[in-house]
Amino acid sequence: MKHLWLIPMLLLAGAAQASEAVVQAQIAQYEQQGADAPDATRGMTKWSEQHMQAKLGKMVSCASCHGTDLNQAGEHMRTGKRIEPMAPSVNPDRLSDPAKIEKWFGRNCEWTLGRDCTAQEKADFLTFIQSK
Amino acid sequence: MKQVFKIDRFWGMLLLAGCISLSMGTLAWSDSDEGYEGGSKYAGEKYGSEKNEGSWGRTTGVAVVTNKQYQTECSACHFAYQPGFLPERSWVKIMGSLDDHFGENAKLDEPTRISIENYLRGHAADILPNRFSRSFMRSIDADSTPMRISQTAYFHRKHREIPARMVKDNPKVRSFSNCASCHGGAAQGSFDEDSVRIPGFGSWED
Repeated sequence: MKHLWLIPMLLLAGAAQASEAVVQAQIAQYEQQGADAPDATRGMTKWSEQHMQAKLGKMVSCASCHGTDLNQAGEHMRTGKRIEPMAPSVNPDRLSDPAKIEKWFGRNCEWTLGRDCTAQEKADFLTFIQSK
Repeated sequence: MKQVFKIDRFWGMLLLAGCISLSMGTLAWSDSDEGYEGGSKYAGEKYGSEKNEGSWGRTTGVAVVTNKQYQTECSACHFAYQPGFLPERSWVKIMGSLDDHFGENAKLDEPTRISIENYLRGHAADILPNRFSRSFMRSIDADSTPMRISQTAYFHRKHREIPARMVKDNPKVRSFSNCASCHGGAAQGSFDEDSVRIPGFGSWED
């Protein structure tokens, strides 16, 4: 009975591992596409980098909707819709599905940067998000 | 002989009266509900299977969303609007321009996009025989392709009494696109006026 606390800890560890395995597989792919070793710090810097959003006529970054604290929920800057936290440590759903990762990179890189993200940028972003 | 003729005439009259009242009832039924005078090719007999609806009153229900893929993909960002609110041509246009979806990039992989488009087309307002959908259809010009449900004349008429402070300037609502903020039964396809609750304002009284 003394070790009951281990059960939730193990469950949490299991959840963290789920996203970890997915991220590792994604990064292996990006490296095949020419990316160097991923860097969480670079990912964090890029996260707040401002870009001109032509349709809005405003400067935007990833943080415009997701916020800078990935443990907190974000809010869509236009619609106000709540966006669940990005950090897998508080939202185990995150980074657990490769198709979903690519879908949202596809949409959000184009919307925010005005172009697709490079393999390097994707690797950096995933490493940054995974570290939270 | 005379007696027999009289009885025949009695039953004949009764039958005739029955027929007339029945046909009057049908006339009243197929007349546009709520007196909308919008001329449209959709106002006619194309929607003949109203009997399935089983109600004489105003219908403010629309067929619920049955497609899991549509539900998952689209409600990741917004209320999964029932396909019965817009004509087939609108859904084709919307699903054909997902890379600029009302200012957002909402592109999908091609198999998913086609599958969702097929669902929407098959359940569009001009395809499904639903009274509520028909009201929307009647308010849409045959040569226009609305991109928003809130653009249709029927939607407009139903919401015109609602001041901006309750929707656009209401931080808990923000836009008419957030159906479920005020229509609690929206996901179940129920939009009747009596169950409207506007956040910060309570129930809506005419």
